[in-house]
Amino acid sequence: MSYVKGLKCRECSRIYPKEPLFVCEYCFGPLEVDYDYDKIKKKLSRKEIESRPKNLWRYQELLPLDREPTDGLDSGFTPLIRARNLEKALGVKELYIKDDSVNHPTLSFKDRVVAVALSKAKEFGFDTVACASTGNLANSLAAQAAVANLKRYIFIPADLELGKIIGTLIYNPVLLAVEGNYDQVNRLCSEIAIKYKWAFVNINIRPYYAEGSKTYGYEILEQLGWRAPRHIIVPCAGGSLITKIWKSIKEFKNIGLIDKADTRIYVAQATGCSPIVTTIKENSDIIRPVKPHTIAKSLAIGNPADGVYAVAAVKESGGLAEDISDDEIVEAIKLLSQTEGIFTETAGGVTLGVARKLIAQGKIPKQESMVVCITGNGLKTQEAVNARIGSPIKIKPNLASFEEHVPRSPK
Amino acid sequence: MSIKVRIPQPLQKLTEGKAEVEAEAKDVRQLIENLEKNFPGIKARLCDEKDNVRRFINIYVNEEDVRFLKLDKTPLKDGDEVSIIPAIAGG
Repeated sequence: MSYVKGLKCRECSRIYPKEPLFVCEYCFGPLEVDYDYDKIKKKLSRKEIESRPKNLWRYQELLPLDREPTDGLDSGFTPLIRARNLEKALGVKELYIKDDSVNHPTLSFKDRVVAVALSKAKEFGFDTVACASTGNLANSLAAQAAVANLKRYIFIPADLELGKIIGTLIYNPVLLAVEGNYDQVNRLCSEIAIKYKWAFVNINIRPYYAEGSKTYGYEILEQLGWRAPRHIIVPCAGGSLITKIWKSIKEFKNIGLIDKADTRIYVAQATGCSPIVTTIKENSDIIRPVKPHTIAKSLAIGNPADGVYAVAAVKESGGLAEDISDDEIVEAIKLLSQTEGIFTETAGGVTLGVARKLIAQGKIPKQESMVVCITGNGLKTQEAVNARIGSPIKIKPNLASFEEHVPRSPK
Repeated sequence: MSIKVRIPQPLQKLTEGKAEVEAEAKDVRQLIENLEKNFPGIKARLCDEKDNVRRFINIYVNEEDVRFLKLDKTPLKDGDEVSIIPAIAGG
């Protein structure tokens, strides 16, 4: 049974059929899935959801399929961790980490969107999938398309971290490393997508694909005991995830699964690529694209397609935006590892670093509940921290050598 | 010689299904006017009621986003290639 009525332009509200379309023919606004919420409300209850398997498809009615899901059946439902050590370190009372660094199968939140995109692409009858990626999407699409037995073409900026390249190649896709930044990869892919009839998950499948991100938000709300936190800090690249987290809160409120939607949403970006933060700080509506220069390569999108909606989510929720330097990113990665045992990638460093800064500035009250969104795994971006964590102590295989080299009270 | 313009799918109905057309113009603004002359109706799709290029449209001259150049005043010369591309999602 389907709960999807069709697609609708976010800008001018024109209606389109359920097809691999992504942009309004009239105003070029992005198309968004239009659901029958009355029908969903009758079907979904807290009890019903709790009775289902612990993966992202437990929210199936709020995802854009017409048939049963076929992909990512073990993705999602990652831990929401009460971060007690981090609370002490930051002097706050109630802080949670939503940890998608252990998402299945490729250790980032992109496993969610790909699960939805591939299930939908199969409904549409595609035999080839493709994407433009800063790395995590490349990993996830390559892996899940291999499982699904789909042909796969993946486009990345040539300078990605080795972990992200190996973590893609291992699944044997056609991997194209484009000489240029992500925005240039994106532009090229737009032109390829016009010519080749492939399911480009973040182009012609985008309205469906992007909906997968909502499950990250739903899980936070369910795992908190069916309530919304007061603050959520979200890393931003293209601006889609934050938009969908905000949507997930509003949807749960609308269908009665949570009582209040009093969450403030915060944008986290690296200073070297912060077009959304700049727009919010300048109180403007226009996103000025930038040329990214940051170690946070997974967030290095200088021309964020959903930037205006990220800005809207922040304004609507009463949140803020902040950016931090590459040094602060590394410090935050180390802090999360050394307090909570979670080794996150650079994007996670951005998010925690920005949370830390906003708390220190008094902009996020220390007494209120907050969720820090950790969306990727540090093993994929080892270059970022490699020179900043010391090196192993080399010793000979005897006791004397050990005692000679090892400090008496290790820190 | 003239300027080569790549037309996105949603606008190809206006260009008789052509994904690439030729245009004559000295800058991006003139290019839009020139396209309108040859393919009536296209300007209203590219520009909003205030005559600004719509915010979800990216225009590239020789692969560079015009927002890094001089926006609609970005100069054009014979042989230049212009791409009109809708914004797409992150990855």
